[in-house]
Amino acid sequence: MSTLLDKIWASHVIHQFEDGFDLIHVDRHLIHEVSSPQAFSGLKDRGIKVKSPALTFAVEDHIVSTLPNRTVHTEPSGVELINTLRQYTEDNNIKLFDLDHRNQGIVHVVAPELGLILPGQVIVCGDSHTCSLGALGALAWGIGTSEVEHVLATQTIRQRKPKAMRVIFNGKMNSYVTAKDLILYLIGQLGVNGGAGYAVEYAGEAIDAMSIEERLTICNLSIELGAKYGFMAPDIKTIEYLYDREYSPKQKQWQQAIMYWQTLFSDSDAVFDKEIVIDVTKIDPQITWGTTPQDVISITQTVPDSTLYRNNNTQQAEKALSYMDVKPNQSLMGLKIDNVFIGSCTNSRINDLRQAAKFIKGRKVASHVKAIVVPGSKQVKKQAEQENLHEIFLAAGFEWREPGCSMCIGLNSDKVKPYQRCISTSNRNFEGRQGPYARTHLASPIMAAACAIAGCITDPRQMTEV
Amino acid sequence: MMNTRTKIIGQAVPLLDKNIDTDVIIPQTELITVSKKGLGKGLFARWRYHDDYQLNENFILNNGCYKSASIILAGENFGCGSSREHAVWALLDYGIKCVIAPSFGEIFYNNSYKNGLILIKCQERIINQIATLACSNENNLLNITIDLEKSCIFLFLDHQFPFDMESRVRDYLINDLDEIKESLLLNEKIESFQKVDRKKREWSYFSF
Ligand code: SF4
Repeated sequence: MSTLLDKIWASHVIHQFEDGFDLIHVDRHLIHEVSSPQAFSGLKDRGIKVKSPALTFAVEDHIVSTLPNRTVHTEPSGVELINTLRQYTEDNNIKLFDLDHRNQGIVHVVAPELGLILPGQVIVCGDSHTCSLGALGALAWGIGTSEVEHVLATQTIRQRKPKAMRVIFNGKMNSYVTAKDLILYLIGQLGVNGGAGYAVEYAGEAIDAMSIEERLTICNLSIELGAKYGFMAPDIKTIEYLYDREYSPKQKQWQQAIMYWQTLFSDSDAVFDKEIVIDVTKIDPQITWGTTPQDVISITQTVPDSTLYRNNNTQQAEKALSYMDVKPNQSLMGLKIDNVFIGSCTNSRINDLRQAAKFIKGRKVASHVKAIVVPGSKQVKKQAEQENLHEIFLAAGFEWREPGCSMCIGLNSDKVKPYQRCISTSNRNFEGRQGPYARTHLASPIMAAACAIAGCITDPRQMTEV
Repeated sequence: MMNTRTKIIGQAVPLLDKNIDTDVIIPQTELITVSKKGLGKGLFARWRYHDDYQLNENFILNNGCYKSASIILAGENFGCGSSREHAVWALLDYGIKCVIAPSFGEIFYNNSYKNGLILIKCQERIINQIATLACSNENNLLNITIDLEKSCIFLFLDHQFPFDMESRVRDYLINDLDEIKESLLLNEKIESFQKVDRKKREWSYFSF
């Protein structure tokens, strides 16, 4: 009667400490230029090298330019961090997907598409959205720089086992409703603290029906629920997805792996510390109105009355309303927008771009809107170009960029200007996340595409696909 | 490395909003650095400064009587969001030694004690009470004492608020532990685990 969490955890415990912490083996350690260089310098001070460089992979993604024909120097503020990462990965024999590499892209987009993430593994990375990778049936979570240093030094992490939560999404999704809408809805229901202390296993008919890409979107926002971990049991789609990818196991090892992966599910009599059931047929396209992902409504709903905000927290609601310049009981529809960002590790994979392109095709972005598409990786970009999606975006007036985190975090020059409003397919609508005083509305690629055309917030269901 | 300590004494500043995320604690524009030092000036930058980096006098940390505060009283889920350890480095560099809140973002929680930043979980009701008692008369802020060994917050002589802290975390804060050094001592055990595991899950190790 074990949960999948129990099974993966148990298979990785090296040592149990008296205080309830376990020493856990790490199968893959992913690193990027913003959170990891400081950890290498700690290692250097100790006079030690990286323990398992072959299990460590580095990507340049957070602070890179996304402009066409970019070089490292196109984004001067990133040069020191990138050069530091390059030096350390070279000194330690770690594979680096640098700016010019054909596999470059956002770490959480690149890792699955290369077959680096396999079911039953433990994955860590100095980045909170590492939880995305749970979509492949792995236990993956974000860590801080001190922990990065620990993993580099020992290929292990000291961690307390989380509690187990299961979220069951029942039913079939309505049309124009996406994985993004489901997870935003869940966060709206449970709140940004609702998953704290838990590893969330997503299950149910709607999850079974989803592609791996959609599952990655669901798991991506687990941290926005307060849960460090989110994952799904692997199934036939997982196996098909991983088959013959660059780093996937091959031949005899592939066969052995499949045998092993088939044991990875929560037993039917497994007991969860918390269980939530969601009827997805009730979910409409979602959009956020405030400054945390829990501030979310259906496109047809109105912004809540601040006196009715969570636990009567009127003051906080008023702060969010004023930051976002929206009023209680107001419909968001018709609200003028300035930017549309299609990208980030949440929604920048090929299927996201296909969905958006369907809406864009033959139409024009409203003249006052600056709209950009930032594919999640070079592979996604290449695939999209093979399908001529870039032509559709460019013809409509979107910019077609090189892969990176871009406007999700505004570490490079892709920022939303102060007080401007942006429909963003990313995962955080925090104050200043997309740039100082930027106003972010989180939504799906379908909604983002529809809003780009309309020039204001709109219900995509009122616009037909071409 | 942190210093050994069992007690801190300082003034508290109330910053009671819920869900103060690490993007707010240190905005992305402030964290482009390979160093852990000097990040204090970017702490709460978007709240502390106006667009032109002039001090925003309305923000509570800029209020004269809170300038030397070293303890933050916060709302639930403090430090949620991004894993950036810069948030902890910025708080410490600014001079904050302790944050008291009903709950914390999990990654932030782990990052904190590893750097010697004390996080204390207390009920909201108690935090409000501390705020009323210790921060009400703005001209006359009172020191509060946090005693890690006794697991108790002391206000004057007659107010005591006990708190729970995981023994491991307390140990870490008091005894200047070096987790990496400890784990390196287990190297033999780590290697023998990996040897056995590799037989079971060869596909996970790139031996092809
Ligand atoms: S795209 Fe955004 S959320 Fe994803 S890794 Fe980059 S900065 Fe983080």
